[in-house]
Amino acid sequence: PWRPPSRHAAFSGSTTSPDLRHPGLKKRDELEDMLEERRRSSDARHALRCYAPAVYKGLAPREVSALRGAVLQSDALQHVIGQVSRRELVQEEAAHLLDEMAHRLRLGTVRFFAYVLSKVFKTLFRSVRVNEEGVQRLQQAIQDHPVVLLPSHRSYMDFLMMSYILYTYDLALPVIAAGMDFMSMKVVGEMLRMSGAFFIRRSFGGDKLYWAVFSEYVKTMLRTGYAPIEFFLEGTRSRTGKSLTPKTGLLNIVMEPFFKGEVFDIHLVPVSISYDRILEESLYARELLGVPKPKETTSGLLKARQILREDYGVMHVYFGHPVSVRSLAQGRVKRSQYNLVPRHIPQRPCLAAQALVGEAAFRLVRLQEQAMVLRPWTLVATLLLQNPDGMDLPVLEEQAAWLRRLALSFGAFLDWPDCKPCREVVGAGLALHKNLARVSGGRVRLAVAETPGVGQTAEELAFDRAVGVLSCASYRNQILHVFIRPALLSVALRTANSSRKDEVYTCFNFLWTVFSNEFILCPGASVQDFEEACYLLGKCCAVQESQQDIVMSEGGHATLAFLRALLDPFLQGYQVVCQYLCKETEENLRENKFVPAARNFALQLILAGTLKCYEALSSDLQKNALAALVQLEAVTKVKVGDQVTLKVNRRAASSLEDMLGTF
Amino acid sequence: SSHFFRQDIMKWNGWGYSDSRFLFNKKGQGEFTGKRYRLSGMILPSLKDWFEATFGTSLQHKTPATPTLNVSAVPPPNLVEPFVEELKVAGVAASHDPEGRVFRSHGHCLHEIFALREGRIGRVPDLVVWPNCHNDVVKIVELACKYNVCLMPYGGGTSVSSALECPLEETRSVVSLDTSQMNRILWIDEKNLTVHVEAGIIGQDLERQLNESGYCTGHEPDSMEFSSLGGWVATRASGMKKNIYGNIEDLVVHIKMVTPRGVIEKSCQGPRMSTGPDIHHFIMGSEGTLGVVTEVTMKIRPLPEYQKYGSIVFPNFQQGVSCLREVARQRCAPASIRLMDNEQFQFGHALKPQVSSIFTSFLDGLKKFYITKFKGFEPHHLCVATLLFEGDREKVLQHEKQVYDIAAKFGGLAAGEDNGQRGYMLTFVIAYLRDLGMDYYVIGESFETSVPWDRVLDLCRNVKERIVRECKERGVQFPPFSTCRVTQTYDAGACVYFYFAFNYRGLADPLHVYERVEHEAREEILANGGSLSHHHGVGKLRKEWMREAVSTVGLGMLQSVKEYVDPNNIFGNRNLL
Repeated sequence: PWRPPSRHAAFSGSTTSPDLRHPGLKKRDELEDMLEERRRSSDARHALRCYAPAVYKGLAPREVSALRGAVLQSDALQHVIGQVSRRELVQEEAAHLLDEMAHRLRLGTVRFFAYVLSKVFKTLFRSVRVNEEGVQRLQQAIQDHPVVLLPSHRSYMDFLMMSYILYTYDLALPVIAAGMDFMSMKVVGEMLRMSGAFFIRRSFGGDKLYWAVFSEYVKTMLRTGYAPIEFFLEGTRSRTGKSLTPKTGLLNIVMEPFFKGEVFDIHLVPVSISYDRILEESLYARELLGVPKPKETTSGLLKARQILREDYGVMHVYFGHPVSVRSLAQGRVKRSQYNLVPRHIPQRPCLAAQALVGEAAFRLVRLQEQAMVLRPWTLVATLLLQNPDGMDLPVLEEQAAWLRRLALSFGAFLDWPDCKPCREVVGAGLALHKNLARVSGGRVRLAVAETPGVGQTAEELAFDRAVGVLSCASYRNQILHVFIRPALLSVALRTANSSRKDEVYTCFNFLWTVFSNEFILCPGASVQDFEEACYLLGKCCAVQESQQDIVMSEGGHATLAFLRALLDPFLQGYQVVCQYLCKETEENLRENKFVPAARNFALQLILAGTLKCYEALSSDLQKNALAALVQLEAVTKVKVGDQVTLKVNRRAASSLEDMLGTF
Repeated sequence: SSHFFRQDIMKWNGWGYSDSRFLFNKKGQGEFTGKRYRLSGMILPSLKDWFEATFGTSLQHKTPATPTLNVSAVPPPNLVEPFVEELKVAGVAASHDPEGRVFRSHGHCLHEIFALREGRIGRVPDLVVWPNCHNDVVKIVELACKYNVCLMPYGGGTSVSSALECPLEETRSVVSLDTSQMNRILWIDEKNLTVHVEAGIIGQDLERQLNESGYCTGHEPDSMEFSSLGGWVATRASGMKKNIYGNIEDLVVHIKMVTPRGVIEKSCQGPRMSTGPDIHHFIMGSEGTLGVVTEVTMKIRPLPEYQKYGSIVFPNFQQGVSCLREVARQRCAPASIRLMDNEQFQFGHALKPQVSSIFTSFLDGLKKFYITKFKGFEPHHLCVATLLFEGDREKVLQHEKQVYDIAAKFGGLAAGEDNGQRGYMLTFVIAYLRDLGMDYYVIGESFETSVPWDRVLDLCRNVKERIVRECKERGVQFPPFSTCRVTQTYDAGACVYFYFAFNYRGLADPLHVYERVEHEAREEILANGGSLSHHHGVGKLRKEWMREAVSTVGLGMLQSVKEYVDPNNIFGNRNLL
């Protein structure tokens, strides 16, 4: 008798959620290959087929032009315009900004993309596996509430694939927040616009008008249920394979219509997209080493055609359960705070709302991580990185099988075929990633040069090796979220003065704080993370817990050693950054000079043979380390004019280095 | 007509007159009994289908009420003998007859009626007294103070805020002070157009008697058949035609109230004063916590020369609200203008009596065809506004044109006088329908709020949806009837009325579910910028939100007034504060 069931999406408010405490128990949907159908029937027919998606129940159908008018005439925008002088000029400027920003979704273009992408994806990928139950959940959610799609971001393929999947399953096409950099690719930029992308400037800090146009544009689409809104919580593509600390700006904007009562609810749908091989793999490694990112140009894209000749294995897309903003806010945000001021006047959300948005952002990224399909190769890459001198194939296979069990007991979403022998599974990974790992004489090692090539300097060789290591690390990084909490505990266990839980926790908490920019660790959740780590290590019999103490169990050595080794590159890398800051003599170190200088410092250590850890060269690690140092007040940022300079508290930095050295 | 025992002609466990009720006859057709209303004696052919489809009920499954009051279930009275004695000496009528006490132990909240239907009797007053005039009340209050007896004023008994429930924690003897015998018009002042009335008079009697002299107050709350003038003052009542005549606070010129401290009143009848905060505003809305209103001077108007009903169909609720907003902006609202949402529009249709001729039914068909096919209105989105114009004929017609012109700008189509008139008639019979629902596993209630114009749509949508969602989460098997209408327009906002009802078959504790859902709905209203109440009042039902509604200081102000006026809590109904 009820109308079609709309699943109630509450992600069980607190951190005691059974999903988080017992990740292994989580039920996951089956994945189906969506390309299979494409390989059997005509792509042209697919592109031209009748496309009639179910839309939001409260939708008043709107043309793109009507949307434009609604935004420009909205009270909120008019209010901001009224605050700036010379109304007519500003009105014109607002219209201009909106035109620069707005999408112009056209079915024709979508059909064109559907055709081309069918061809491209069939060439690139062996299969694209999607959880169809998740698609059905999404379809229901779109009809019941305004929906925000939040995919993980590892590749440019992400949003193309998202739209392609939604088109294929006859779902409403999303409008996508994209960075302005695409605009420079003239034709492609416009094509993307016509397939639903809208473009935001990368930084518009103090520009009130831009902010007003932008936020009103997004909110208008959301309020009217115009289309699902899609954006990347991480803000940009992660070059490391790890999830990035979420940005809350857009999330704030999309949650506001709920806080202000303009919609009954909003559903946030995390989407986890994972790749066997990332198209941008070596490009990313180079970027992390300071080779600048090539500017997006159409001709550059055409050159990328060689990419089409390679095998990128399987792609996985997992649509998570919709998260209801209403359930999130239940009992935490008083919506009546907006009762006394007209809602179109911008109002800073209360602290509770800000905290909620921040927390939600982290949780959503964690949900993305948890539903990310992990391939056996990520385990192999992890082991190879821990054994830079290579491993005998049978040993590698044996350890991979061991690691598989460990990962599964920690709740990893591991796609390891049960029926195949371990040798075959490992072999398949090695074959797909032959550019990263080499098998010779029964031994496997990273595919990095041992000796400099002809005319290659020692520096160039070091960079070459670093590219290999960082590429490989980007696969290991994909599984770090499974191990990070137990790994922090393993390190803390060795360093703590005693086995008393409170002392172990003190160590754990220190590491947790230092690495809070490196990994997705929800702010304020260190106690829960500690408990989770204890639970997981207890579960795999690596530690024994009593009321007061936590100690390594007899058979726990291998597990703990492995976990400690996982963190090792990060501990070393952070130490190098501290060392650099202590030795840096420049009084007013400009922030934008920090990364090159730190990289150079690390490079010198590597060339001198005192540092073996190539990951210390990664700009991502260096930036995260700097953020941690700022947070721990070992470094202060001082703004002088347009320049930001870093003031180093050498004593603090050096004591931090010492502390990290003890781990 | 003495209403000394009004309970003789009224239901003891339901709404209104005993002879008037809805039922499904042997053929399964809906029917309204009695002779009092336009709908009385009519067959309602579509009611059964609408009822079954809306609530997922079947006429097979009945939940009949306990037919008669079980007198032995009524707790024995706790009487203070000397108090009773002295009353007798003073010549004040009093009784501890159980039926009379039960009759005055409740208002018309769902839980109150539901309990009565099941034969459950809670705490009831120990004694009922019937003062005849102001001086009787003075005497009663003096005696109550002397013997520390708890007084609860009782007017028409139409409260929907648990205001008439005896507080369970009250250990003193509780005396229901029934004002029904103070029902005389004391004088009419045609020079100043005022009337001086005893506060126990019932709305319809006041209006009828004034009409005989060619006047009216124009104050017509939906409950006016049964509610009293004193009750209006005590709850800050609002009338359907407030656009012309004003709400109760605009209508009263002078109030006399008896309190434990003595009588409070102003020294003159000046139309407006600057003499500090208006003491009337301590009295209006005090909900019987400070004293008994005994006499009121009210404004009157000559009876309007001409009345005309009207109705407008809108393609959707949003357009309808925009139209009402525009009407309010131009300050040209008719005496009454109300906007029903689609569900209520369909509900109204279900109450259409059997059409008398093929011709009318043919016309109805044509109208429907014109609106849905020719004008492209979606039958599941369209909604209807009902209108009532009053004044001299020429001005009414002019006014009517102005309003219809505005409506046209919002896609509104004039839909005839008949639809409008039926809409207003339904106002009076709708309360009877709840009793029908309760015969078949359906419980429901209405509640109201007021809200700024820019939030009307959002509030309506969110509250309706919240009701649906809460019902579902609490195990209600079939989607509830969750609907609203905009019933009053103001310069800065509107009054919104919600109806909500559901089929409770399969629920272990339907009342509890019902109360939780109503609670959550009120939370939703407050979160969306709506007020705690527009005219029903706070009573005990909405007390928990008072601090939030008026701030801690505001609540303290009210408490300090109570403390001064009634330090021993003689007026101990525990409403409001």
